[in-house]
Amino acid sequence: MVFTTPVLNYAQLSPILIVLAGAVIGVLIEAFAPRNARHNSQMFISLLSLVSAFAATVSIRKQAGVDAAMNSVAFDGAAFLIQATILIIAVLAVFLIADQENFTALAAAIPGSQEERESLQKDLRVTEVYPLTLFAVAGMLLFPIATDLITLFVALEVLSLPLYLMAGLSRRRRLMSQEAALKYFLLGAFSSAFFLFGIAYLYGYSGTITLSGIQQSIVGGSGNDVFLLLGIAFLSVGLLFKVGAVPFHAWSPDVYQGAPTAITGFMAAATKVAAFGAILRIFYVAFANAEWQWRPALVIVAIITMLFGSVVAITQRDVKRMLAYSSIAHAGFLLAGVIALNKSGLDASIFYLFAYGIATLGAFAIVTLIRDAAGEVTDLNRWSGLGKRSPLTASVFALFLLTFAGIPLTSGFIGKFSIFSAAYQSGSTAILITGVLSSAIAAFFYIRVIVLMFFKDPVEDGTSVVLPSALTAIAIAIAAVVTIVLGIFPAPLLSFIESTAFFIR
Amino acid sequence: MVTSNSLVYLIALPLLGATILLLAGRRADKWGHILATLMSASSFAVGLYQLSAMLGRSTEERAISQKLFSWINVASFQVDAGLLLDQLSICFVLLITGVGTLIHVYSISYMAHDENRRRFFAYLNLFVAAMLLLVLGDSYLNLYVGWEGVGLASYLLIGFWNQKPAYATASKKAFVMNRIGDMGLSFAIMIAFATLGTVSFVGVKEASHNASQTALTAIGIMLLVAATGKSAQFPLQAWLGDAMAGPTPVSALIHAATMVTAGVYLIVRSNFIFDAAPTAQLLVVIVGAITLLFGALVGTAKDDIKKALAASTMSQIGYMVLGAGLGPAGYAFAIMHLLTHGFFKAGMFLGAGSVMHGMNDTVDMRKYGALRKFMPITFVTFGLGYLAIIGVPPFAGFYSKDLIIETAFNAGGAKGIILGGAALLGAAITAFYMSRVMILTFTSPQRWDEDAHPHESPILMWLPMAILAIGSVTSGFLFARGDALAHWLQPVFGEHGAEHSEEHLFSPIVVSAMALVAVAIGVAIAVIKYQLSEVAATAPENVSIFTRIARKDLLQDSFNEAVFMRPGQALTRVLVKGDDVVIDGAVRGIGRTALGAGSALRTSQTGFARSYAALILIGAIALIAGIWVVTQ
Repeated sequence: MVFTTPVLNYAQLSPILIVLAGAVIGVLIEAFAPRNARHNSQMFISLLSLVSAFAATVSIRKQAGVDAAMNSVAFDGAAFLIQATILIIAVLAVFLIADQENFTALAAAIPGSQEERESLQKDLRVTEVYPLTLFAVAGMLLFPIATDLITLFVALEVLSLPLYLMAGLSRRRRLMSQEAALKYFLLGAFSSAFFLFGIAYLYGYSGTITLSGIQQSIVGGSGNDVFLLLGIAFLSVGLLFKVGAVPFHAWSPDVYQGAPTAITGFMAAATKVAAFGAILRIFYVAFANAEWQWRPALVIVAIITMLFGSVVAITQRDVKRMLAYSSIAHAGFLLAGVIALNKSGLDASIFYLFAYGIATLGAFAIVTLIRDAAGEVTDLNRWSGLGKRSPLTASVFALFLLTFAGIPLTSGFIGKFSIFSAAYQSGSTAILITGVLSSAIAAFFYIRVIVLMFFKDPVEDGTSVVLPSALTAIAIAIAAVVTIVLGIFPAPLLSFIESTAFFIR
Repeated sequence: MVTSNSLVYLIALPLLGATILLLAGRRADKWGHILATLMSASSFAVGLYQLSAMLGRSTEERAISQKLFSWINVASFQVDAGLLLDQLSICFVLLITGVGTLIHVYSISYMAHDENRRRFFAYLNLFVAAMLLLVLGDSYLNLYVGWEGVGLASYLLIGFWNQKPAYATASKKAFVMNRIGDMGLSFAIMIAFATLGTVSFVGVKEASHNASQTALTAIGIMLLVAATGKSAQFPLQAWLGDAMAGPTPVSALIHAATMVTAGVYLIVRSNFIFDAAPTAQLLVVIVGAITLLFGALVGTAKDDIKKALAASTMSQIGYMVLGAGLGPAGYAFAIMHLLTHGFFKAGMFLGAGSVMHGMNDTVDMRKYGALRKFMPITFVTFGLGYLAIIGVPPFAGFYSKDLIIETAFNAGGAKGIILGGAALLGAAITAFYMSRVMILTFTSPQRWDEDAHPHESPILMWLPMAILAIGSVTSGFLFARGDALAHWLQPVFGEHGAEHSEEHLFSPIVVSAMALVAVAIGVAIAVIKYQLSEVAATAPENVSIFTRIARKDLLQDSFNEAVFMRPGQALTRVLVKGDDVVIDGAVRGIGRTALGAGSALRTSQTGFARSYAALILIGAIALIAGIWVVTQ
């Protein structure tokens, strides 16, 4: 057996390496730095590594190729756009995480125990959330650029494992939070098994694990079609689970509700971007020539996802669960971009991911501000009359709801419009009709919340809006500005994406 | 066409003024009126500069345009936001900004004690900006924006004292009746785009050469509907009288000199359509003739000085519309009458405001009398306007009205006799009711209430009146001398613009003589009835049926209520019911269905990880089955 020395292009890998280095330094800080110095240094390291990684991504944006790490990752326009989006969202997410009010003092303490009370009294901080975030971000950066199935699986696990932990860090209702974390882990492991199973079948079909190799096998048509079929189906299960498409969505409302709100925002935004980045690459590169096999099934998944997410969201009474179902519906809209399988579908999906990710983070940031003595108030009934008490906060939240609903002059409208027109170009009329219909249903519950906030009288039960910390305020302001600017002047970003986004094969 | 980038300042200055005053709020109370007046005056200065620049260019190059930005860019529907300043629009620009500035000055004093004076000036500036956009827009769509803008400003200003419910209702009435006209304009634009493929003046003019008669007639009729709404012409005239609820400067600027003449502008601007659509043109003269008599008859019965003047405005605009409907021969005369009317009617309204100012805001002329001694300046300026409107030579109205009457007689055949006769009769009635106003207010014995202490108004009020009076005296002579205005406007109306009808039914001198006789008869009756006999301080009740009908505006409101309002209300009730049952029912049904579905589906969320895992398994199997089915 002959071993070849791996040749690595460190420049192209630098964004991932920088984030990983930040994570490792974070672990060392946890181990050796005195307790009261940890929080600030962790935050500093996190932001520094994310911003440097962003700078690195921008500086290598013109380089394209598949030889960065022995053909297991690809760098191209789409990779750059997705990675840049993830890093921007991650920076905003760290702004929210820095407001440690939402996190438990000591993650390992049993809920309700003496140890927990002591840790609260000592005002301990879970600073380990920063390196966990960075590990997850590193996985997310790798996921959409992986060009072989093993790297893809590794990336999936690297991004998932920290998220399982982070979901359990909520300060209040800790049992629920821990239950959510455990559920997420169990179901995640279950879906990972499907994913791995799919990899095995695809290897059996094509004798290779690279996306381009699978594509060549499909074009050649010599393999066993049953293996291909099973491979695509099982791989899809793993991917659709991550984006929360029906019927693989069941974890998301529980986890979104149980996790600390800042983490929920990070998961909802960044995970979705990374997972859709991977889905787009896999389906546009490896499976493009087998579209007649997977497309009808994926169309049905998309239709069910859009309708289910929109319809069930109507009956939710908890703002985080409502946003969870809204994010399910959005996964359906994004699948429309995958199904389109054309250049405009790719462009529209990337624009949508960026716009949706930023707005989602902004919406969850607002949720962290509505509190009573016991912490965040997520019961929608207690949000009534918010517009009268804090017009600014309520208006900004209304803005995010309007962009989710896809009302003109917000980024959501441009995103929906471009993604549906791409789907229409590809001939998917069913998607188009369902998409518009479920947008109408979705508008019903978004606007219901706006009505609740602005046209109902406030309830006097101690619910109040806390002043956001400077970082949270910055995150909300950026999200709001991006939402409006992309709604009014989308052309520069759209044309930038159009000229940049492509997949190298 | 020569392009320029300074046209936008004409509109931008007053618009900036309105924006500042509305945004600054109470902070601008101290200086708001001065800023607004300066903005209007600056716009006037820009207008004068443009006029001098225009005079410096050769006739072919006088019209200039400015493209602001690409407004609508959808497939074949391309509209630029663009401005066009030609010989026609410069007349309007100077009238709007010139008279507008005078009225701003007048209002500083007239509104001095109103705590909302700043808001008043903000609306005035808004009006000036919108009216300028209306006359400067280079397409029907741009004109439409200004058209709606002046409608809004008019609504806001009629209802300026909306703490009185009657005034608020008046503003609503004006707004609603104007909407009917506005619909006409939007239909005209839609038909123009559908049949001609363009909405710009230049484009429509070119396309009209090859367009079908039907399309042009339809556009023309719809434009006429628009004009009747904005210019208070029959049958959409009923709002103007009520619009007098607005402060008097508003009545002078908007409801006498400028906005109500927008319909005339629209018809004259669309000369290429009406020239090619004789049916629409005939309707225009019919509307004009009916309205000039209608307004005049209503004017004879009004005791409210402002409503009498409003009726007279309606009637005088009837003359303009009549002139505009007479085709190439009449366009220039319609515009001439519009400009002279702008001077004398604005002047008289300001005079009426001055009288009200001195008489505790009383508007009932039966409570006036003998004010000549107490308000000499108002008497003189109002009197000059009076001489102008009834058409005594050499005052302004004599020239402009005479030319319209003459052109009407020359229209040929029975049409010429009827139109000319109507115009002549209108002149006689005008002389009667305007003399009545004059006598009741200034020269008959005094009939004041005890607490009235009439006095002359301050200089800021009488100076604008005096300047307008100078215009009332001289403008007609200046415009008519050597057909100056007609020659100036000729390029706008194309080669046949100056083509005078060679067939004279009566020679001009005979027409003038007939008109003067008619005026003399009207004045004489008024003098006998009001100067030489006693006038009751309250309106007598036992009067003839004709007087009663005239007092009720020839039953216009009863007619509208019986024919439109009540059936309309009934229709509304039916539609509301239908909306409740059918449309809301459907919406509620969808909502209920979605809610029901949501409630049913949410039970799938049990909270148990095992059932979630089962769901994933089922989903995976379904996915495989789905792909399998498709593949086989």
